[in-house]
Amino acid sequence: MARYLLSKLFEAALAIWGVVTIVFFVSRVLGDPTVLLLPMGASQQDIDTLRAALGLDRPILEQYGIALLSMLRGDFGISFQHTRPALDVVLERMPATGMLAGTALFFGTLIGAVAGAIAALRRGTISEFVVMTAALLGQATPVFWLGIMLILFFSVQLGWLPTGGSGSLAHLILPGLTLSVFVSASIARLLRSSLLDIMREDYVRTARAKGLMPRTVFFWHIARNALIPVVTMIGIIAGELLGGSVVIETVFAWPGVGRVIMQAIQAQDFPVIQAGVALVAVIFVVTNLLVDLLYGVLDPRIRQR
Amino acid sequence: MKSFFSALLQSRAGLFGFVLVTVFVLAAILAPFLGLPSPTRSDLLARMAPPTWTGLFSPGAHPLGTDELGRDILSRIVYGSRVTLIVACSAVVLGGVVGVLLGIIAGYYRGIVDRVLMRIVDIQLALPLMLLALLVVAALGPSTRNLIIVLALTSWLRYARIIRGQVLALREREFILSAHAIGAGTWRIMLRHLLPNVLTPALVIATLELARIIIMDAALSFLGLGIQPPNPSWGRMLSDGRVYISTAWWIVTFPGIAILLTVLSVNLLGDWLRDYFDPKLRTSR
Repeated sequence: MARYLLSKLFEAALAIWGVVTIVFFVSRVLGDPTVLLLPMGASQQDIDTLRAALGLDRPILEQYGIALLSMLRGDFGISFQHTRPALDVVLERMPATGMLAGTALFFGTLIGAVAGAIAALRRGTISEFVVMTAALLGQATPVFWLGIMLILFFSVQLGWLPTGGSGSLAHLILPGLTLSVFVSASIARLLRSSLLDIMREDYVRTARAKGLMPRTVFFWHIARNALIPVVTMIGIIAGELLGGSVVIETVFAWPGVGRVIMQAIQAQDFPVIQAGVALVAVIFVVTNLLVDLLYGVLDPRIRQR
Repeated sequence: MKSFFSALLQSRAGLFGFVLVTVFVLAAILAPFLGLPSPTRSDLLARMAPPTWTGLFSPGAHPLGTDELGRDILSRIVYGSRVTLIVACSAVVLGGVVGVLLGIIAGYYRGIVDRVLMRIVDIQLALPLMLLALLVVAALGPSTRNLIIVLALTSWLRYARIIRGQVLALREREFILSAHAIGAGTWRIMLRHLLPNVLTPALVIATLELARIIIMDAALSFLGLGIQPPNPSWGRMLSDGRVYISTAWWIVTFPGIAILLTVLSVNLLGDWLRDYFDPKLRTSR
């Protein structure tokens, strides 16, 4: 277990380093921040002074080394737009994104798990057909369009809920619902096919033949093993949602991490882009690490390695 | 081929997907001959005309209504499908070729090559695909060519991972060992012996990737980073029409239905292909 944990930790650190490196070089391609920071028609001397002040006149590898060291200390520089530390700009959006991701994950997983289990246990019935059709439709629907349609119905036609923004529970309902539909569709389909695969296994037949209660067989022998791929899926979805769903946050004007990164990209605010992407990568890697550890709990074979 | 179609006829979902995909592809190819009005011609007298079948007053004959500049929505959807189809198919092919080749190389050479390639895959997976796409489009600038590159970039690793796994198993098989024994070169073994054996899974991944890429393409266009106007694109139609949501619901409704139906039919076809060729692939996704 300790070796398994160590190698996973090493992989995680390597992945974060890789992402930070990519982001550093990509954002150096994005454009020259001095053009944005100085008024039009600034003299060449002013430009040179600013470049020297920002360290942009040094060799690119030296800049990379300096950037890497300061990132390790959590220093991503000062946001050009907000003139505040870039990491603060991103971090203060975290609660909004976390709230939305949490809501969508909770309801999406709950609905998806129940629907997927029903579809697998009631094989060949109308319930299976309804669940699977709904899940197929849910997976084929672009989330941002679903969001717009929900706004059209609940906000424009019925006038029940706000069209966007944040601040109250009512603001959370539509974006939360939109993302839950997407989450539950993926989970329902995966859980169903995973359950059906496991139900065919020999050890399930053995467990039944031993005369175990159907409920015991389902929870101890079937569900526990069928959950492994589902846990992976939930981990990936959690990482993506916690990184801020850029499109949904744009549709609902939700002040989350995804939206702030999107705005930073449009404004070429490098420090915020770097801080945002690094934060998202860390969240993503940590969630996947947790999933890997959860495997150890679910699957004893991995624990023994 | 005959057994392929008779199997297709057996599956309602597969057939539905196949027919719908065929209809969409034909409509996209034959768009100029369908008698549609020009997708870019605006008629300011018929701005935001409702669809004819709603029974509301609607100047001109626009089955799905017109947008804020009086352009025919049906025509824009059909012409938009051409752009989507070209972009999505190019991205699938580009990502597929790169992914399959790298997958074969990683699986065949194993060792350090394999470790480096799979580490790159892991690093890329540590970044949500949408964020990666946003970054790269922002760096390269929005254009159709860059959009294809970005979409392919989000796609290659899915092929690489699965094909690598298949090659790891294939390379121990007798026909590869005998190819070695008669002195076949590495490239010959990879291209003549391994490649044909991984084409089927690659085709299945490609179909399922196509659906994902169509949605992502629409999302990028929705954010203004995809296909640039005046070319009609589904995502752009949605973001432009969003402003008029309270007065003209049809502008945002129909392009979304077009995306939904396209993705649904490609998914149905992909699921069926996967079950037909290799049910074992199911768990690897």
